[in-house]
Amino acid sequence: MDFTDILISLIKIVVMFGVVLLTVAELVYTERRISAFIQNRLGPNRVGWKGLLQPYADVLKLLLKEDIVPTAANRFIHTLAPVISIAVAFSTLAVVPIAGETIRLFGREVQMVIADVNIGVLYILALTSMGVYGLTLSGWSSNNKYSLLGGLRSSAQMISYELAMGLSVIGVIMVTGSLRLTDVVAHQSGWMWNMILQPVGFVTFVVAAFAETNRAPFDLPEAEPELVGGYHTEYSSFKFALFFLAEYANMITASAVIVTLYLGGWQVPYLELLNLPVGVTIALQILAFMLKVAFMLFVFQWVRWSVPRFRYDQLMNLGWKVMLPIALANVIVTGIVMLLL
Amino acid sequence: MIESYIPILLIIGIAVIFGVVSINLSWLLGPQRPYREKHSTYESGVDPVSTAHYRFSVKYYMVALSFIVFDIEVVFMYPWAVQFRELGWTGFVVMSVFIVVLAVGFIYELKKGALQWD
Repeated sequence: MDFTDILISLIKIVVMFGVVLLTVAELVYTERRISAFIQNRLGPNRVGWKGLLQPYADVLKLLLKEDIVPTAANRFIHTLAPVISIAVAFSTLAVVPIAGETIRLFGREVQMVIADVNIGVLYILALTSMGVYGLTLSGWSSNNKYSLLGGLRSSAQMISYELAMGLSVIGVIMVTGSLRLTDVVAHQSGWMWNMILQPVGFVTFVVAAFAETNRAPFDLPEAEPELVGGYHTEYSSFKFALFFLAEYANMITASAVIVTLYLGGWQVPYLELLNLPVGVTIALQILAFMLKVAFMLFVFQWVRWSVPRFRYDQLMNLGWKVMLPIALANVIVTGIVMLLL
Repeated sequence: MIESYIPILLIIGIAVIFGVVSINLSWLLGPQRPYREKHSTYESGVDPVSTAHYRFSVKYYMVALSFIVFDIEVVFMYPWAVQFRELGWTGFVVMSVFIVVLAVGFIYELKKGALQWD
Protein backbone atom coordinates (compact mmCIF):
# COMPACT_ATOMS: atom_id res chain seq x y z
CA MET A 1 0.00 0.00 0.00
CA ASP A 2 1.72 3.17 -1.20
CA PHE A 3 0.98 6.89 -1.13
CA THR A 4 -1.47 6.78 -4.08
CA ASP A 5 -3.62 4.14 -2.37
CA ILE A 6 -3.76 6.18 0.84
CA LEU A 7 -4.66 9.28 -1.19
CA ILE A 8 -7.49 7.40 -2.94
CA SER A 9 -8.75 6.14 0.45
CA LEU A 10 -8.63 9.67 1.85
CA ILE A 11 -10.64 11.01 -1.13
CA LYS A 12 -13.26 8.29 -0.63
CA ILE A 13 -13.45 8.98 3.12
CA VAL A 14 -13.83 12.74 2.64
CA VAL A 15 -16.56 12.24 0.02
CA MET A 16 -18.36 9.82 2.34
CA PHE A 17 -18.12 12.27 5.27
CA GLY A 18 -19.54 15.05 3.13
CA VAL A 19 -22.42 12.92 1.84
CA VAL A 20 -23.27 11.62 5.32
CA LEU A 21 -23.14 15.08 6.94
CA LEU A 22 -25.37 16.59 4.22
CA THR A 23 -27.77 13.64 4.47
CA VAL A 24 -27.95 14.04 8.26
CA ALA A 25 -28.80 17.72 7.86
CA GLU A 26 -31.58 17.06 5.38
CA LEU A 27 -32.72 14.02 7.39
CA VAL A 28 -33.36 16.25 10.40
CA TYR A 29 -35.33 18.53 8.10
CA THR A 30 -37.40 15.72 6.54
CA GLU A 31 -37.99 14.23 9.99
CA ARG A 32 -39.50 17.50 11.20
CA ARG A 33 -41.49 18.03 8.01
CA ILE A 34 -42.81 14.44 7.85
CA SER A 35 -43.78 14.48 11.54
CA ALA A 36 -45.51 17.81 10.94
CA PHE A 37 -47.51 16.47 7.99
CA ILE A 38 -48.43 13.29 9.90
CA GLN A 39 -49.69 15.47 12.77
CA ASN A 40 -51.42 17.91 10.41
CA ARG A 41 -48.97 20.79 11.06
CA LEU A 42 -46.64 22.67 8.72
CA GLY A 43 -43.22 22.20 10.34
CA PRO A 44 -40.19 24.44 9.70
CA ASN A 45 -40.72 26.43 6.46
CA ARG A 46 -39.08 29.84 7.05
CA VAL A 47 -35.29 29.48 6.73
CA GLY A 48 -34.44 29.16 3.03
CA TRP A 49 -36.71 27.73 0.35
CA LYS A 50 -39.46 25.74 2.14
CA GLY A 51 -37.25 25.73 5.25
CA LEU A 52 -34.47 23.66 3.65
CA LEU A 53 -31.73 25.67 5.41
CA GLN A 54 -33.25 25.13 8.90
CA PRO A 55 -30.78 22.37 9.97
CA TYR A 56 -27.77 24.55 9.08
CA ALA A 57 -29.17 27.38 11.20
CA ASP A 58 -29.63 24.91 14.06
CA VAL A 59 -26.04 23.64 13.82
CA LEU A 60 -24.72 27.22 13.79
CA LYS A 61 -26.81 28.06 16.85
CA LEU A 62 -25.54 24.98 18.74
CA LEU A 63 -21.94 25.86 17.81
CA LEU A 64 -22.34 29.32 19.38
CA LYS A 65 -23.91 28.12 22.66
CA GLU A 66 -22.15 27.79 26.00
CA ASP A 67 -20.63 24.37 26.66
CA ILE A 68 -21.83 23.44 30.17
CA VAL A 69 -20.12 20.61 32.07
CA PRO A 70 -21.74 20.09 35.50
CA THR A 71 -19.40 20.35 38.49
CA ALA A 72 -20.36 16.84 39.62
CA ALA A 73 -19.59 15.26 36.24
CA ASN A 74 -16.40 13.42 35.29
CA ARG A 75 -15.05 15.95 32.83
CA PHE A 76 -12.83 13.66 30.72
CA ILE A 77 -15.41 10.89 30.16
CA HIS A 78 -18.15 13.48 29.70
CA THR A 79 -16.17 14.82 26.70
CA LEU A 80 -15.03 11.40 25.49
CA ALA A 81 -18.54 9.90 25.18
CA PRO A 82 -19.84 11.99 22.24
CA VAL A 83 -16.54 11.45 20.39
CA ILE A 84 -16.95 7.66 20.74
CA SER A 85 -20.54 7.89 19.50
CA ILE A 86 -19.66 9.91 16.42
CA ALA A 87 -16.55 7.87 15.56
CA VAL A 88 -18.54 4.61 15.69
CA ALA A 89 -21.44 6.05 13.69
CA PHE A 90 -19.17 7.15 10.83
CA SER A 91 -16.74 4.22 10.77
CA THR A 92 -19.37 1.53 10.18
CA LEU A 93 -20.04 2.77 6.66
CA ALA A 94 -16.46 1.97 5.61
CA VAL A 95 -17.30 -1.59 4.55
CA VAL A 96 -20.56 -0.91 2.66
CA PRO A 97 -20.15 -1.15 -1.15
CA ILE A 98 -22.14 1.43 -3.14
CA ALA A 99 -21.53 0.13 -6.70
CA GLY A 100 -20.28 -3.05 -8.36
CA GLU A 101 -18.10 -1.70 -11.17
CA THR A 102 -14.66 -0.16 -10.65
CA ILE A 103 -13.56 3.29 -11.86
CA ARG A 104 -10.07 4.35 -12.96
CA LEU A 105 -8.41 6.97 -10.77
CA PHE A 106 -4.67 7.89 -10.88
CA GLY A 107 -4.16 4.79 -13.06
CA ARG A 108 -5.66 2.38 -10.48
CA GLU A 109 -8.82 0.30 -10.58
CA VAL A 110 -10.75 1.76 -7.66
CA GLN A 111 -13.53 -0.20 -5.97
CA MET A 112 -16.61 1.70 -4.84
CA VAL A 113 -16.09 0.74 -1.19
CA ILE A 114 -13.68 2.28 1.32
CA ALA A 115 -12.40 -0.96 2.87
CA ASP A 116 -13.24 -4.29 1.22
CA VAL A 117 -12.36 -6.46 4.23
CA ASN A 118 -13.17 -10.18 4.27
CA ILE A 119 -14.99 -9.96 7.63
CA GLY A 120 -17.33 -7.09 6.70
CA VAL A 121 -20.36 -8.49 8.55
CA LEU A 122 -18.34 -9.08 11.75
CA TYR A 123 -16.89 -5.56 11.48
CA ILE A 124 -20.39 -4.05 11.36
CA LEU A 125 -21.58 -6.08 14.35
CA ALA A 126 -18.42 -5.25 16.32
CA LEU A 127 -18.79 -1.52 15.74
CA THR A 128 -22.50 -1.46 16.59
CA SER A 129 -21.53 -3.03 19.94
CA MET A 130 -18.95 -0.27 20.42
CA GLY A 131 -21.80 2.24 20.11
CA VAL A 132 -23.07 1.09 23.51
CA TYR A 133 -19.97 2.62 25.16
CA GLY A 134 -20.81 6.13 24.00
CA LEU A 135 -24.29 6.04 25.51
CA THR A 136 -23.35 4.19 28.73
CA LEU A 137 -20.33 6.38 29.46
CA SER A 138 -22.30 9.57 28.81
CA GLY A 139 -25.01 8.36 31.20
CA TRP A 140 -22.54 7.40 33.93
CA SER A 141 -20.17 10.38 33.66
CA SER A 142 -22.93 13.03 33.88
CA ASN A 143 -23.56 12.02 37.52
CA ASN A 144 -27.26 12.67 37.00
CA LYS A 145 -29.97 10.17 37.89
CA TYR A 146 -31.87 10.63 34.64
CA SER A 147 -28.69 10.19 32.60
CA LEU A 148 -27.63 7.09 34.54
CA LEU A 149 -31.01 5.40 34.05
CA GLY A 150 -31.02 6.36 30.35
CA GLY A 151 -27.51 4.97 29.90
CA LEU A 152 -28.35 1.72 31.72
CA ARG A 153 -31.53 1.25 29.76
CA SER A 154 -29.82 1.85 26.44
CA SER A 155 -26.98 -0.57 27.19
CA ALA A 156 -29.40 -3.32 28.29
CA GLN A 157 -31.61 -2.68 25.26
CA MET A 158 -28.76 -2.63 22.76
CA ILE A 159 -27.09 -5.81 23.99
CA SER A 160 -30.46 -7.61 24.04
CA TYR A 161 -31.30 -6.75 20.45
CA GLU A 162 -27.75 -7.28 19.25
CA LEU A 163 -28.31 -11.02 19.79
CA ALA A 164 -31.36 -11.07 17.53
CA MET A 165 -29.42 -8.96 15.00
CA GLY A 166 -26.40 -11.27 15.00
CA LEU A 167 -28.60 -14.38 14.69
CA SER A 168 -30.62 -12.88 11.80
CA VAL A 169 -27.42 -12.19 9.87
CA ILE A 170 -26.36 -15.85 10.18
CA GLY A 171 -29.16 -16.77 7.74
CA VAL A 172 -27.69 -14.37 5.16
CA ILE A 173 -24.18 -15.75 5.70
CA MET A 174 -25.41 -19.33 5.23
CA VAL A 175 -27.04 -18.38 1.92
CA THR A 176 -24.01 -16.40 0.73
CA GLY A 177 -21.16 -18.44 2.19
CA SER A 178 -19.03 -15.34 2.82
CA LEU A 179 -18.65 -12.53 5.36
CA ARG A 180 -17.41 -10.08 2.70
CA LEU A 181 -20.11 -7.52 1.91
CA THR A 182 -19.18 -7.25 -1.80
CA ASP A 183 -19.83 -11.02 -2.06
CA VAL A 184 -23.13 -10.65 -0.21
CA VAL A 185 -24.31 -8.03 -2.72
CA ALA A 186 -22.94 -9.89 -5.75
CA HIS A 187 -24.89 -12.95 -4.64
CA GLN A 188 -28.19 -11.01 -4.80
CA SER A 189 -28.22 -10.42 -8.56
CA GLY A 190 -31.54 -10.02 -10.37
CA TRP A 191 -34.46 -10.46 -8.01
CA MET A 192 -32.68 -12.98 -5.73
CA TRP A 193 -32.59 -10.44 -2.93
CA ASN A 194 -32.05 -11.83 0.55
CA MET A 195 -35.34 -10.21 1.57
CA ILE A 196 -37.06 -12.87 -0.55
CA LEU A 197 -34.74 -15.73 0.47
CA GLN A 198 -34.81 -14.73 4.16
CA PRO A 199 -38.18 -13.09 4.91
CA VAL A 200 -38.18 -13.91 8.65
CA GLY A 201 -34.56 -12.88 9.06
CA PHE A 202 -35.34 -9.63 7.26
CA VAL A 203 -38.15 -8.74 9.68
CA THR A 204 -36.13 -9.61 12.81
CA PHE A 205 -33.10 -7.72 11.47
CA VAL A 206 -35.12 -4.57 10.74
CA VAL A 207 -36.78 -4.65 14.18
CA ALA A 208 -33.39 -5.18 15.83
CA ALA A 209 -31.94 -2.31 13.78
CA PHE A 210 -34.68 -0.02 15.08
CA ALA A 211 -33.78 -1.01 18.64
CA GLU A 212 -30.03 -0.66 18.01
CA THR A 213 -30.43 2.90 16.72
CA ASN A 214 -32.67 3.79 19.70
CA ARG A 215 -35.44 4.92 17.39
CA ALA A 216 -39.14 4.85 18.21
CA PRO A 217 -40.90 2.58 19.12
CA PHE A 218 -37.73 1.58 21.01
CA ASP A 219 -36.54 5.05 22.11
CA LEU A 220 -36.70 4.15 25.82
CA PRO A 221 -33.24 5.61 26.63
CA GLU A 222 -34.59 9.09 25.97
CA ALA A 223 -38.24 8.65 26.95
CA GLU A 224 -39.05 12.32 27.65
CA PRO A 225 -41.93 11.87 30.13
CA GLU A 226 -39.84 9.69 32.48
CA LEU A 227 -36.20 10.57 31.88
CA VAL A 228 -36.12 14.17 30.59
CA GLY A 229 -33.42 13.80 27.89
CA GLY A 230 -32.12 10.37 28.96
CA TYR A 231 -28.36 9.95 28.57
CA HIS A 232 -27.84 13.43 27.07
CA THR A 233 -29.71 15.40 29.76
CA GLU A 234 -26.48 17.11 30.89
CA TYR A 235 -25.14 17.81 27.42
CA SER A 236 -25.27 21.21 25.76
CA SER A 237 -23.71 23.06 22.84
CA PHE A 238 -21.87 20.99 20.23
CA LYS A 239 -21.54 17.89 22.41
CA PHE A 240 -25.31 17.62 22.26
CA ALA A 241 -25.13 18.22 18.51
CA LEU A 242 -22.61 15.38 18.20
CA PHE A 243 -25.03 12.95 19.91
CA PHE A 244 -27.77 14.17 17.60
CA LEU A 245 -25.48 13.76 14.60
CA ALA A 246 -24.47 10.27 15.75
CA GLU A 247 -28.10 9.22 16.15
CA TYR A 248 -28.98 10.26 12.61
CA ALA A 249 -25.71 8.94 11.17
CA ASN A 250 -26.53 5.62 12.88
CA MET A 251 -29.89 5.67 11.11
CA ILE A 252 -28.14 6.12 7.76
CA THR A 253 -25.69 3.33 8.61
CA ALA A 254 -28.50 0.99 9.67
CA SER A 255 -30.42 1.71 6.45
CA ALA A 256 -27.30 1.15 4.34
CA VAL A 257 -26.60 -2.16 6.12
CA ILE A 258 -30.22 -3.32 5.71
CA VAL A 259 -30.09 -2.43 2.01
CA THR A 260 -26.74 -4.20 1.56
CA LEU A 261 -27.69 -7.37 3.41
CA TYR A 262 -31.33 -7.76 2.39
CA LEU A 263 -32.42 -5.38 -0.39
CA GLY A 264 -29.76 -6.21 -2.96
CA GLY A 265 -27.38 -3.31 -2.25
CA TRP A 266 -26.51 -1.60 -5.54
CA GLN A 267 -28.16 -4.34 -7.66
CA VAL A 268 -30.57 -3.14 -10.32
CA PRO A 269 -32.49 -6.11 -11.80
CA TYR A 270 -31.90 -6.76 -15.53
CA LEU A 271 -29.44 -3.85 -15.81
CA GLU A 272 -26.77 -6.12 -17.35
CA LEU A 273 -29.11 -6.99 -20.27
CA LEU A 274 -29.08 -3.37 -21.51
CA ASN A 275 -25.30 -3.36 -22.29
CA LEU A 276 -24.85 0.20 -21.08
CA PRO A 277 -21.40 1.86 -20.92
CA VAL A 278 -19.56 1.40 -17.61
CA GLY A 279 -20.01 5.05 -16.60
CA VAL A 280 -23.80 4.89 -16.93
CA THR A 281 -23.94 1.51 -15.16
CA ILE A 282 -21.97 2.77 -12.18
CA ALA A 283 -24.13 5.92 -11.95
CA LEU A 284 -27.33 3.84 -12.06
CA GLN A 285 -25.98 1.47 -9.40
CA ILE A 286 -25.09 4.33 -7.05
CA LEU A 287 -28.49 5.90 -7.71
CA ALA A 288 -30.28 2.61 -6.98
CA PHE A 289 -28.32 2.20 -3.73
CA MET A 290 -29.15 5.74 -2.62
CA LEU A 291 -32.84 5.42 -3.50
CA LYS A 292 -33.08 2.20 -1.50
CA VAL A 293 -31.34 3.83 1.48
CA ALA A 294 -33.63 6.87 1.18
CA PHE A 295 -36.65 4.58 1.21
CA MET A 296 -35.40 2.80 4.36
CA LEU A 297 -34.79 6.19 6.02
CA PHE A 298 -38.36 7.17 5.20
CA VAL A 299 -39.57 3.91 6.79
CA PHE A 300 -37.59 4.78 9.95
CA GLN A 301 -39.36 8.16 10.20
CA TRP A 302 -42.74 6.80 9.19
CA VAL A 303 -42.61 4.20 11.99
CA ARG A 304 -41.42 6.75 14.54
CA TRP A 305 -44.43 8.98 14.03
CA SER A 306 -47.02 6.17 13.70
CA VAL A 307 -46.18 3.69 16.48
CA PRO A 308 -46.37 4.44 20.23
CA ARG A 309 -43.39 3.75 22.52
CA PHE A 310 -42.99 0.36 24.24
CA ARG A 311 -42.97 -0.06 28.01
CA TYR A 312 -39.60 -1.25 29.32
CA ASP A 313 -40.70 -4.76 30.35
CA GLN A 314 -42.48 -5.20 27.00
CA LEU A 315 -39.27 -4.18 25.24
CA MET A 316 -37.12 -6.72 27.11
CA ASN A 317 -39.75 -9.46 26.71
CA LEU A 318 -39.91 -8.83 22.96
CA GLY A 319 -36.13 -8.98 22.69
CA TRP A 320 -35.51 -12.11 24.74
CA LYS A 321 -38.71 -14.15 24.51
CA VAL A 322 -39.87 -13.40 20.95
CA MET A 323 -37.01 -12.12 18.75
CA LEU A 324 -34.28 -14.47 20.05
CA PRO A 325 -36.30 -17.74 19.60
CA ILE A 326 -37.59 -16.60 16.18
CA ALA A 327 -34.08 -15.74 15.00
CA LEU A 328 -32.74 -19.10 16.28
CA ALA A 329 -35.59 -21.00 14.58
CA ASN A 330 -34.84 -19.07 11.38
CA VAL A 331 -31.25 -20.38 11.42
CA ILE A 332 -32.44 -24.00 11.86
CA VAL A 333 -35.16 -23.72 9.18
CA THR A 334 -32.74 -22.06 6.75
CA GLY A 335 -30.30 -24.91 7.33
CA ILE A 336 -32.90 -27.63 6.71
CA VAL A 337 -34.27 -25.92 3.57
CA MET A 338 -30.79 -25.37 2.14
CA LEU A 339 -29.78 -29.00 2.73
CA LEU A 340 -33.01 -30.42 1.27
CA LEU A 341 -32.92 -28.29 -1.91
CA MET B 1 -4.42 -8.93 3.67
CA ILE B 2 -3.70 -6.60 6.59
CA GLU B 3 -3.45 -3.70 4.11
CA SER B 4 -7.23 -3.66 3.60
CA TYR B 5 -7.59 -2.45 7.20
CA ILE B 6 -5.55 0.74 6.70
CA PRO B 7 -8.59 2.69 5.32
CA ILE B 8 -10.53 1.65 8.45
CA LEU B 9 -7.80 3.09 10.68
CA LEU B 10 -7.88 6.26 8.57
CA ILE B 11 -11.65 6.63 8.84
CA ILE B 12 -11.68 6.07 12.63
CA GLY B 13 -8.87 8.61 12.99
CA ILE B 14 -10.65 11.22 10.86
CA ALA B 15 -13.93 10.69 12.74
CA VAL B 16 -12.20 11.15 16.12
CA ILE B 17 -10.43 14.29 14.86
CA PHE B 18 -13.78 15.62 13.60
CA GLY B 19 -15.35 15.11 17.04
CA VAL B 20 -12.46 16.63 19.01
CA VAL B 21 -12.10 19.64 16.69
CA SER B 22 -15.82 20.47 16.67
CA ILE B 23 -16.06 20.25 20.49
CA ASN B 24 -13.07 22.56 20.88
CA LEU B 25 -14.45 24.92 18.23
CA SER B 26 -17.73 25.31 20.10
CA TRP B 27 -15.77 25.80 23.35
CA LEU B 28 -13.85 28.64 21.65
CA LEU B 29 -16.86 30.25 19.96
CA GLY B 30 -19.40 29.90 22.75
CA PRO B 31 -19.68 32.21 25.78
CA GLN B 32 -18.37 31.10 29.20
CA ARG B 33 -20.50 32.61 31.96
CA PRO B 34 -20.49 30.01 34.73
CA TYR B 35 -22.25 30.29 38.08
CA ARG B 36 -23.02 27.70 40.73
CA GLU B 37 -26.67 27.01 39.86
CA LYS B 38 -25.98 26.61 36.14
CA HIS B 39 -23.27 24.02 36.81
CA SER B 40 -25.25 22.03 39.35
CA THR B 41 -26.75 18.67 38.36
CA TYR B 42 -30.15 18.94 36.68
CA GLU B 43 -32.91 17.46 38.82
CA SER B 44 -36.11 19.12 37.64
CA GLY B 45 -35.18 22.47 39.17
CA VAL B 46 -34.71 21.40 42.80
CA ASP B 47 -31.37 20.94 44.59
CA PRO B 48 -29.99 17.48 43.71
CA VAL B 49 -30.40 14.81 46.40
CA SER B 50 -27.16 12.80 46.93
CA THR B 51 -25.05 11.51 44.04
CA ALA B 52 -26.21 9.48 41.05
CA HIS B 53 -23.54 6.81 41.55
CA TYR B 54 -25.67 4.59 43.73
CA ARG B 55 -26.68 0.95 43.40
CA PHE B 56 -29.08 0.03 40.62
CA SER B 57 -31.24 -2.99 39.81
CA VAL B 58 -29.48 -6.37 39.63
CA LYS B 59 -31.56 -7.20 36.55
CA TYR B 60 -29.21 -5.22 34.32
CA TYR B 61 -26.42 -7.60 35.42
CA MET B 62 -28.60 -10.61 34.59
CA VAL B 63 -29.21 -9.24 31.11
CA ALA B 64 -25.49 -8.61 30.65
CA LEU B 65 -24.61 -12.15 31.81
CA SER B 66 -27.17 -13.76 29.49
CA PHE B 67 -25.88 -11.57 26.67
CA ILE B 68 -22.32 -12.84 27.13
CA VAL B 69 -23.48 -16.49 27.02
CA PHE B 70 -25.60 -16.05 23.90
CA ASP B 71 -23.20 -13.72 22.12
CA ILE B 72 -20.45 -16.32 22.43
CA GLU B 73 -22.89 -18.85 20.99
CA VAL B 74 -23.50 -16.54 18.02
CA VAL B 75 -19.75 -16.08 17.53
CA PHE B 76 -19.36 -19.89 17.33
CA MET B 77 -22.05 -19.97 14.65
CA TYR B 78 -20.34 -17.53 12.20
CA PRO B 79 -17.55 -19.86 10.97
CA TRP B 80 -20.11 -22.69 10.77
CA ALA B 81 -22.46 -20.50 8.67
CA VAL B 82 -19.66 -19.55 6.23
CA GLN B 83 -18.76 -23.22 5.68
CA PHE B 84 -22.37 -24.44 5.82
CA ARG B 85 -22.57 -25.99 2.32
CA GLU B 86 -19.25 -27.85 2.69
CA LEU B 87 -20.15 -29.27 6.13
CA GLY B 88 -23.58 -30.57 4.98
CA TRP B 89 -25.79 -32.69 7.23
CA THR B 90 -22.93 -33.59 9.63
CA GLY B 91 -22.28 -29.95 10.46
CA PHE B 92 -25.99 -29.28 10.74
CA VAL B 93 -26.57 -32.08 13.26
CA VAL B 94 -23.53 -31.06 15.34
CA MET B 95 -24.68 -27.44 15.45
CA SER B 96 -28.26 -28.51 16.27
CA VAL B 97 -27.00 -30.41 19.34
CA PHE B 98 -25.10 -27.28 20.41
CA ILE B 99 -28.20 -25.10 19.94
CA VAL B 100 -30.44 -27.56 21.82
CA VAL B 101 -28.06 -27.59 24.81
CA LEU B 102 -28.14 -23.81 24.92
CA ALA B 103 -31.92 -23.71 24.40
CA VAL B 104 -32.39 -25.95 27.46
CA GLY B 105 -30.27 -23.54 29.48
CA PHE B 106 -32.23 -20.61 28.13
CA ILE B 107 -35.58 -22.20 29.04
CA TYR B 108 -34.26 -22.94 32.56
CA GLU B 109 -33.17 -19.30 32.87
CA LEU B 110 -36.63 -18.09 31.74
CA LYS B 111 -38.43 -20.44 34.17
CA LYS B 112 -36.21 -19.18 37.00
CA GLY B 113 -37.46 -15.68 36.15
CA ALA B 114 -33.99 -14.23 35.51
CA LEU B 115 -35.31 -12.05 32.69
CA GLN B 116 -38.58 -11.13 34.42
CA TRP B 117 -39.12 -7.35 34.54
CA ASP B 118 -41.88 -6.15 36.82
